[in-house]
Amino acid sequence: MSELLNKIQQHLNTHCENAVLSATMEREFPCLVIEKKQLFAVLTTIKNDLGFSFLTTMCGIHYPDQGEQEFALMYQFHHLPNNERFRIKIFMPKSDLDVPTVSGLFATANWMEREAFDFYGFKFTGHPDLRRILNMDEMNYHPLRKEYALEDSGRDDKQDKYFGR
Amino acid sequence: MSKNIETLHTEEKDYTTLNLGPTHPATHGIFQNVLTMDGEIIVKAVPTIGYIHRAFEKLAERRPYNQITPITDRLNYCSSPINNMGWHMTVEKLIQCEVPKRAEYMRVIIMELSRIADHIVCDTVIAVDTGAMTGFLYLFQWREKIYEIFEAICGARLTTNIGRIGGMERDFPEDAWRRIHAFMEEFPAALKEFDKLVTRNRIFMDRTINCGPISGERALEYGFTGPNLRAAGVDYDVRVMNPYSSYQDFDFNIPVGTNGDTYDRYSVRMDEMWESMKIIRQAIEKMPSGDFHAEVPEFYLPEKQDVYSKMEALIYHFKIVMGETDVPKGEVYHSVEGGNGELGFYLISDGGRTPFRLHFRRPCYIYYQAYPEMIEGGMLSDAILTMSSMNVIAGELDA
Repeated sequence: MSELLNKIQQHLNTHCENAVLSATMEREFPCLVIEKKQLFAVLTTIKNDLGFSFLTTMCGIHYPDQGEQEFALMYQFHHLPNNERFRIKIFMPKSDLDVPTVSGLFATANWMEREAFDFYGFKFTGHPDLRRILNMDEMNYHPLRKEYALEDSGRDDKQDKYFGR
Repeated sequence: MSKNIETLHTEEKDYTTLNLGPTHPATHGIFQNVLTMDGEIIVKAVPTIGYIHRAFEKLAERRPYNQITPITDRLNYCSSPINNMGWHMTVEKLIQCEVPKRAEYMRVIIMELSRIADHIVCDTVIAVDTGAMTGFLYLFQWREKIYEIFEAICGARLTTNIGRIGGMERDFPEDAWRRIHAFMEEFPAALKEFDKLVTRNRIFMDRTINCGPISGERALEYGFTGPNLRAAGVDYDVRVMNPYSSYQDFDFNIPVGTNGDTYDRYSVRMDEMWESMKIIRQAIEKMPSGDFHAEVPEFYLPEKQDVYSKMEALIYHFKIVMGETDVPKGEVYHSVEGGNGELGFYLISDGGRTPFRLHFRRPCYIYYQAYPEMIEGGMLSDAILTMSSMNVIAGELDA
């Protein structure tokens, strides 16, 4: 599968200069990290020129300890005729969560982006209907961020030291 | 049937706003759609979802791996064993665990049985929505028989929590085999009877053909998978494209439709039930002997008598029950062909006892966004039928 990775990388190097920040195989799965500014251009070319027209899934990720790379978005593509898959990630700091929408390229991205907005607070610029989707509209925080602990913080019977962690 | 929406918009008319749902007896679950109606024609539909959102992705970040299986039960609860096993296979991919052939075949039997159960629900409910109650009553009892098989295997019926990371919790008991054989023998006649009653019924065909159609291209753009995509003529099936759990060993067809309308979605599911029967029959015939679980003591509960008499077994028992098993770092994606399409698990592990991030690719969530496009311009009664033929399951939709 690493030929696929090389192919995509070469294609992006010629079509979107300096877009690829890193290209690795994650458990035999091609995985590219790209420049956020180039996201729309990259997704356009991989859809139109490389034929990865099926957006399998996308989701947000929060790495609270990574500073400038605190938030990430993952897009996973599938080339159905060749049965090739790969994923793209972009990273951004908390201060800059504006991401161009790709719902015009992939109709399916519409609700996926709404979910990422709902859970993490990414602002998809140009999205036709960026509202919360699973949580209620009145909610004033983005619950999947790591700062919101799942357990009640007042509990003292579940501290890590009791479990030898 | 479908009037041009453009002309509807330019005509000056008083439209009626109709709140379909959230709890409407015709919608089979908690879905809300705010419809703008012109008489009986739907001009615009705005769906609201999330009524049974339970934050599974957040919950999973706090739970050890084996305790996430019960969460997956509650995604598509019409075929929960497929979700369970999809999750187990994801973890197995992460910990690089080789599962014995026997366990894989057992999984195939269970997954195909639950696919049949899932499709029985969908197809009979389509029939009910067109007014054919009888077929529903005849076929639905076979879903009960499938649940009895699950009960014999794992003790649970609807939310099964079946299998373990690394294989099955126990071999099929005698009772389960008896029930499986009885099912294999008797179900074809019942399915044929339902088929005769409904499939070529003039009223049913008039009602469902060209109702809520979607083209193959549009379906792909919307990320359709599973029977709904195949009804539109695209032969994408995860079982064939990326075989898991030894699906490459079995000989079966992928049924496809042409128009992507309600009738095609119904027919594809009917044919898939026959294909599932074929797979189960082959799996029973070729069932290999051997162990029914892999050697992964960190994830697989030891025998109870060993826990009382052996040190290692006691340690592993404690670690599993308390959820103290660390897993390797990594990032994996695994998908299975669920009842509704590609059910994917995107898992990031940072090496701890719980996932760092777990994202479910729920087929329902992804294809339900095409619903407004599919019903706009059609009649209200077609909208109900379209929804039931898409088999939107609230649990999977809202996660």
